[in-house]
Parts: sequence; structure tokens; C-alpha cells
Amino acid sequence: MYQAPRFLPAGDCAFSVELGAGIDPRVNQAVHDLLVAIEERGLDGIMDLVPSYRAILVQYNPLVADLSRLQEEITALEALALEGEPSTPRSVEIPTLYGGEAGPDLDYVAQHNGLSAEEVVRIHSETRYLVYMLGFSPGFPYLGGMSERIETPRLATPRAVIPAGSVGIAERQTGVYPTETPGGWRLIGRTPLALFDPNREPPCLVEQGDYIQFVPINEQEYAALAIDAAAQATG
Amino acid sequence: MEIIEVVEGGFFTTVQDLGRYGYQRYGVPVSGAMDSYGLRMANILLGNEEGAAALEMTLVGPKLKFLEDTVIALAGANLRPRLNGDPVSTWSGLRVRKGSLLSFDGPQTGVKCYLAAPGGIGTPVVMGSRSTYARGKLGGYEGRALKPGDILSSAADVAGRPIKATKLPQRLLPDKEHQHLLRVVMGPQADAFTAEGVSVFLSSDYTVSRQSDRMGYRLEGPVISHKAGADIISDGAPLGAVQVTGDGLPVVLMADRGATGGYAKIATVISVDVGKLAQSLPGDKVSFRAVTVEEAHQRLREQEADIQEFKEEVARSKGEAEATGGLQPSATASPRRSVTATINGRSHTFEVEIVGEEPAPARRGSSGRGTAASSRTVSVTVNGRSYTFEVEEAG
Repeated sequence: MYQAPRFLPAGDCAFSVELGAGIDPRVNQAVHDLLVAIEERGLDGIMDLVPSYRAILVQYNPLVADLSRLQEEITALEALALEGEPSTPRSVEIPTLYGGEAGPDLDYVAQHNGLSAEEVVRIHSETRYLVYMLGFSPGFPYLGGMSERIETPRLATPRAVIPAGSVGIAERQTGVYPTETPGGWRLIGRTPLALFDPNREPPCLVEQGDYIQFVPINEQEYAALAIDAAAQATG
Repeated sequence: MEIIEVVEGGFFTTVQDLGRYGYQRYGVPVSGAMDSYGLRMANILLGNEEGAAALEMTLVGPKLKFLEDTVIALAGANLRPRLNGDPVSTWSGLRVRKGSLLSFDGPQTGVKCYLAAPGGIGTPVVMGSRSTYARGKLGGYEGRALKPGDILSSAADVAGRPIKATKLPQRLLPDKEHQHLLRVVMGPQADAFTAEGVSVFLSSDYTVSRQSDRMGYRLEGPVISHKAGADIISDGAPLGAVQVTGDGLPVVLMADRGATGGYAKIATVISVDVGKLAQSLPGDKVSFRAVTVEEAHQRLREQEADIQEFKEEVARSKGEAEATGGLQPSATASPRRSVTATINGRSHTFEVEIVGEEPAPARRGSSGRGTAASSRTVSVTVNGRSYTFEVEEAG
């Protein structure tokens, strides 16, 4: 954690507020708390706030807000946030059907690491993963905290289509694809939940600073949840 | 009200407004007009809210058929527009009649042209915006570029309302002379580059690559060297950020950029210059000059003052048009005149638009006056239906 936030210029309508030097859950929690504090303060002229691992990109309208005043306000809010107790992060459960058609690479991941498929599922689902940020594509969470016991390299040839909701592993990372996309991750399971729905407010089930826990479910539970999710999307 | 039928989609025509803010934290790009000045001006020319949704047309414009009498405005690139085959102006409002066809010959200057319609193009609002993010199939018209058969609505009904089609004064047209010079504020990660890398960046000409799209404009030219690799801990990506990937070549991040990115950003193009780059063609040369944030703010305030001044001008003249209650056809609108027509021996006065003159008499009135020197046969459209008449000019 830096003593005081570092401001980096990012053009004439944005600047970055950096809170620490590396990828660190404490810094990421401070990012979350500062974002909430800025929003609660309701500063005029802010167009958007983009949280990431250790920084917030503040996009502002310079015709409305004065840059140095904005930065002073944010410095003060950050000092205040540091004095207070950090907030308690939210934990979001992601019901996941592991293996089979939903997770065609589960056996490979097991084999690669000298484990049984059941052990891979247990290790993957017993960890809480921090959502450091969302990005890359709408609703895609960058997760931290996966056990190195289930590390697996990417596919040599990416799949043309990965179904929405796929849960995968790539090197030391795990993730879940919110929308259908091509990709090279090893797929170990799938969730029936719609992680991203543009017609829902908020559109994502998880946000920066939340924790995700994958919860193993069976095929019947998957089917029931999938029907629920479809009904919500059309309703 | 349904006002436009897409006959041909063109190269890449999408519905855009000023962008989708508030959702970047969920990884949703801002999108919006690539040249926001063009979009705002098109709307202002019609007296719309300046951020109303409009069509963004790229290089090869679409072919559009109008389903109602209405007014539109074109601003941004000059894609050589034609209304029913007659050349019409960009940076101007124009009156269009039901049944007329707007087409484009191709780019003369620029890449992105904006078409505004009364009250804006009426597609559903998704996460606070009508902008299309085609890669994510979000917003706009079914989340995609327009195709033949698509029907577009306008949010406001202007039938019978006097609207003055306005033209943009010369002084507000974009400065073409300095088109190639992009001013930048250094950072956020200028310190990830060697002193030589920074100097190469600021002193070289770069060529806009073919691999440029709404996400980013890729540039070709001298390599910009990093101190220790191109990767950073991913962070938020501002509009106009000049990201330098591992190959040392810059990509300027545009409207559909990812909300976050993992490459070092050497500088950020200032907001009044982003539109200049958006209007650059593959093969065009650009160069960069560093300015302070204060200078960039000053340029933005100047541009804004011009825009506000013009907006007031339009509002005033619109008020006058409404006060006199008169129709104010623009110089570029289709020929429209009052004629006296003799049909079955009876004289009628019509206000008509001549859509084409028949080479030979297609139909003769029964009055027997068809041979008179002062009359001729023309096709006219009245209330959207086409008739062939023998007419006499009333003056």
C-alpha cells in the first residue's frame, strides 16, 4: 500500500488513482472501499470509475469538475477510508456442474496433476477466489487465489466456441466465461447462472472486490437452475 | 415513428450516441460515436439533444429509403451523399420526402459520417445508452451493424412541423490542415518506456494500419522501446490511450476499447483530437505532440464555447421558423414547388416534389390541352403516392 494515492495522468478527461505496487488482496480491497467512498460522496463531473487490481481510472468531465480539486477530494476520501475498518467483502456462490460435457477437460487436469477428478473438484471448490476486477469482455472476472496443485497449461489450439458459463483453468488462473466466446482455457465445469445479462441491473452477478465460491452441483440441480435463469432472462 | 428502411447496410453502419458510461466496472466498453464532434453537430443541426442516437456510417455509406417526410442532418466525413441522385451537403440539415433515397458515392474526406434524425434514432436503451457494441452484441439495432430490410424509427414526429434545415458555418468545420497532428498528454505509463522510446514516439510519423476498427487504430512506424516489457498490472483504459504492445507499435484505443487493458500506455490523445484520428483512413500519416493537461482543457473549453454558440444560433433560428409558421426548405433539399395541374379539365394547385420527368408523355389528360407549349408531363409524389401528371407552371 502506498502512503498516499498516486495520481497518473490519463489524458484530459481521466486520471488513474493507484493505491499500491502489486497484486495484493489488501490493496484491491482498498480500491473497492475508495470506489464506494467516491460514489457516496457524489462528486460532480465524474463520468465513470473503472476499478482494477490496484487502481481506479477516474473519468471526468473537465468542463464540470476541476482536476486538482477532484484529486484533493479523492486524497481526503482515501485517508478517511484508511482510518476506518475495511468493509466486509461479499461472497457469491457459483453453482457449478463439474466434468462430463460441461467440463470436458476435467480428466486432463486431473491426469496432468496426478490427482483424481474428485480431488480436482474438491480443491477447485474449497477455495474462495477474489474478484480482482472485471474486464477483457463484459462480465469476465479476473480471479485470484487458485491452488497451484491444479495448475494446467492452456490448450495448444483454442476452441472456436466456449459456451457461456464455462469454468476453466489456464496456468495459475481460474475463471468463468460470462458469454460465449472462443478460448484456450481447460474447461472443468459450467454454471447455469447468467453471470452477465445486459437487461439486468446490475448486469453482473459479481463485482470487483467480491469473493466467488464454486459450489458443485449435479445434473438435476443444473437443469433446475438453468430453467430458472432462462425464465429470469425472458421475464 | 418508422422513418428509414435500410436498402443496403454499407461497410459498417451502426447506431451510436455519446456512449455507455457507468458499466466499465463490469467490463462493458463505453462505445459511442468515434467522432463525437460529428455526432453532436448532426444533432444540433436538427435541434436535437446533442447526445441523441444517430447513425455512424463508415467509408462506404448505406443506401437508405425514407418512409415519411422528415428532416435529417449529416455531419462528419464527406462520403459524397446523394438524395435521389442529386448531390447534397454534409454538415447540413436537409429535408427529405417520403420515398426518397439517400446514397453515398464513397469517401472524399474522412471515414465516419453521422446521420441524425428528429429526436434521435429510436432503438432500445441498453445499460443507459443506445450505442452499438457489435463485438458484444449489445445495444443499437439488435447489437449489430445495419442490414438490408432493417427499419429505423425516430423518436420524434416532425410531420407538418416547420423545421429549418441549418448549415454549419465554415468556422466550425474541422481543421483539415492539422488533421495529422495528434496532441497527447504523456502517461499514464510513460515511465515504462526508455528515453529513446519516448523520443521516437514524439518525433516519428506513423501510418494508420488497415487493422484499425472501433476498438483501436493500429499504427505502423518506428518501434517504441519499453524499459522492461510491455505488460503492466491491468488497469482502466481511457479513450485515446496510446498502448504499445510487445512489438513496440502503438495502438490508439478508441470507442469500443476494452474497459481494462494489460499493456503499457505511453500517452493519451487529448479529447478534441480523438475525432481527427477517427476520421483518418488506413495509409494516412499521423504524428504526436506532447501538451499539458491544462492546454488540453483550454482547447476543450474553446471547442465547447463554439459548440454552445452554434447551438444557441440554431435555437434562435428555429424559434423564428416556428414564429413565421413557414416551411423553410434548405438549398439542398429536393426541388419542391407549387404547380397548377389540369386533370380532367379541372384546374388544381398542388405543392409537389418532382421526382423525375418522363421522357415521353406517359398519360394524357382528357382536356386536350396536352399539346400546349407551357405544359409538360412529370411524375410527382403527393402524400407518398406517385402520379404522372400533365402540368402547367403557375409561377
